[in-house]
Amino acid sequence: MQTFRLVKVAGKSIIKNKMRTLLTMLGIIIGVGAVIIMVAIGEGAQGQIEQQIENLGTNMIVITPGAATTSGASQGFGSFSRLTGEDAIKIRNESIYAAGVSPVMSSFFAQIVGGEGNHRASILGVTPEYQTIRNWNTTSGRFFTAQEERTGKKVVVLGQTVVKQLFGTRDPVGERVVVNRIPMEVIGVLESKGQTPDGNDQDDFIIIPFTTAQNRIGGRSFIRQILISTYTPQDIPAAQEEIGAILRESHGLAEWEADDFQVRNQEQLSEAAQGTTEVMTALLAAIASISLLVGGIGIMNIMLVSVTERTREIGIRMAIGARGSDVLTQFLIESIVMSILGGALGVALGVGGSSLLGSTMGWATAVNPETVMIAIAFSAAVGIFFGFYPARKAASLNPIDALRFE
Amino acid sequence: MSEKQAVIRVKGIRKTYLMGKTKVHALQGVDFQVMQGELVAIMGASGSGKSTLMNIIGGLDYPSSGSYFLDDIEVNKLSKNDLADIRNQKIGFVFQGFNLLARTSALENTELPLLYDRSKRIKNHKAAAQKSLERVGLGNRVDHFPNELSGGQQQRVAIARALVTNPSLVLADEPTGNLDSKTTVEVMKLFQELNEEGVTIILVTHEDEVARYAKRIVELRDGKIIRDVEQTPDSAARDLEELLARRARENDIEEPEAAEAD
Ligand SMILES: Nc1ncnc2c1ncn2[C@@H]1O[C@H](COP(=O)(O)OP(=O)(O)O)[C@@H](O)[C@H]1O
Ligand SMILES: [Mg+2]
Repeated sequence: MQTFRLVKVAGKSIIKNKMRTLLTMLGIIIGVGAVIIMVAIGEGAQGQIEQQIENLGTNMIVITPGAATTSGASQGFGSFSRLTGEDAIKIRNESIYAAGVSPVMSSFFAQIVGGEGNHRASILGVTPEYQTIRNWNTTSGRFFTAQEERTGKKVVVLGQTVVKQLFGTRDPVGERVVVNRIPMEVIGVLESKGQTPDGNDQDDFIIIPFTTAQNRIGGRSFIRQILISTYTPQDIPAAQEEIGAILRESHGLAEWEADDFQVRNQEQLSEAAQGTTEVMTALLAAIASISLLVGGIGIMNIMLVSVTERTREIGIRMAIGARGSDVLTQFLIESIVMSILGGALGVALGVGGSSLLGSTMGWATAVNPETVMIAIAFSAAVGIFFGFYPARKAASLNPIDALRFE
Repeated sequence: MSEKQAVIRVKGIRKTYLMGKTKVHALQGVDFQVMQGELVAIMGASGSGKSTLMNIIGGLDYPSSGSYFLDDIEVNKLSKNDLADIRNQKIGFVFQGFNLLARTSALENTELPLLYDRSKRIKNHKAAAQKSLERVGLGNRVDHFPNELSGGQQQRVAIARALVTNPSLVLADEPTGNLDSKTTVEVMKLFQELNEEGVTIILVTHEDEVARYAKRIVELRDGKIIRDVEQTPDSAARDLEELLARRARENDIEEPEAAEAD
């Protein structure tokens, strides 16, 4: 077929001008590589966030302070919202759906001294139910009991990172540590949960009983969330409604006042998180697409120069019988082949780059075949779009003028 | 001798170029025919319209008026695409400046017209190109690039390329203009041989010594034919001497000038 022969001609021309070909493709290579790396980072982050939310525990409801919308007027002066220990107690006492309730008091950067040195980590003050709600096992020792929690015992459960910092590989259970100058006994070590996509260490903290936290650390800490588990997943919607009502009563909200808290289930949390990462992925891809566009303009630029440079060649081809459409097809194929080739090299760069990023930065990067297909299809489209104008310019040359061109 | 067919018939051809507001009448009513097997030299001073006429005969350009038949096809009425096909299948062009593709072997250059041959008469392109190169005496240079060949050899590749489609007509516009006298004679001898094999050839030259190889001379002046005569072609041997002698004389005159300029 004629087109097949013209592909061969285009191929030869591409091979004969390696430097020009490489320069032409460079923009596409970088553009496609950037798109793939950016999308891989975004999707990796998304995947990890999803997994993290799944990791949170099963049948879980999370209450956070603050209204769902931050749009102004309804949030008057005195309504600076807080969750309190009483809220948690009221839910535990009144809810029929709640299986476990744990307020989470947190304080950043407590000073912990013990073992071989000292370390700063955040503290969580929770009830024993926290362990079952979050489905979080200890690798050594145990979690504190309800009794220890109620009486404000000075016991502490350590995250893996804290253990590593203070005790190395030694088992710290039974040892003493000093938390913000308060001596406490290490009773357990939690299993590792790894890193969040944005690089936060989820093992760099300690857990103490809620009452202990209230009594000893109180001043600078606040209740960040209340975690609740239900008996079955089917209970969740009803539980959310019920708990919302309990909290409104607890906060003394009038009927016309909006909630000053949010009650969300895992799905809603993951939707929110996904929304953020989707926006991030789209943004990254958009930025990377601009480089692809610039790459396309680069192709057009070099093809235009190439048409001028090869005016004589075009004249020769026309003189010996090439139709305008033959010349158009040849140049179009050249730019398409170059952009697809550039796209393929860009994919290689993207896949290599994202796995390198993944391994050196500890990010979960995911290249899916879909992205690769889209990237190559897109670069072919770039080749057609930006190759068409130069190709048409070549095809519309007058053979006599083209032959006379020096 | 068998009955000869007219390969081309040119009737009342005019060509007017517009240069800004002024009109240049490059051809002002040209009539002539070329029969199969002829070797015609078109002569005339620079600017007399030789190239303009060749471009029209070669299907590279349309006349402003008049009609032109090639193998009984009225070429001046064809579309651009059909004109391209005529150039491809019926005409072989040889240029003054060779016009070979750089970084492309002699064989690939020779093959090139077959790429655009929509009639698909010739199946094996490589074999046809090889045969064509052998015909011009370059069977042992097929893999050479143009920059590895002498001017005469490059022009012979161009002739092989013109012949590869078995055209009705070979056109050559000043084919020896860039060649030295020795290779000029070689190339002209080649044209003569090809003509003896039956190829119809029209070539443009302003050198009498080159025109002597032709069987017929058509002379143009100011876009009109002023002379159209048959002649007995000279032998190559005698001509070579004359050409060398004349070019030597020209060099003798030029050399002192060049020395002064230094
Ligand atoms: N494209 C063109 N535009 C304007 N004038 C042209 C063009 N081509 C040729 N001419 C003019 O037409 C006349 C004949 O030119 P040409 O056929 O090239 O002569 P020759 O080949 O005999 O030297 C000249 O006066 C030339 O300047
Ligand atoms: Mg001329």
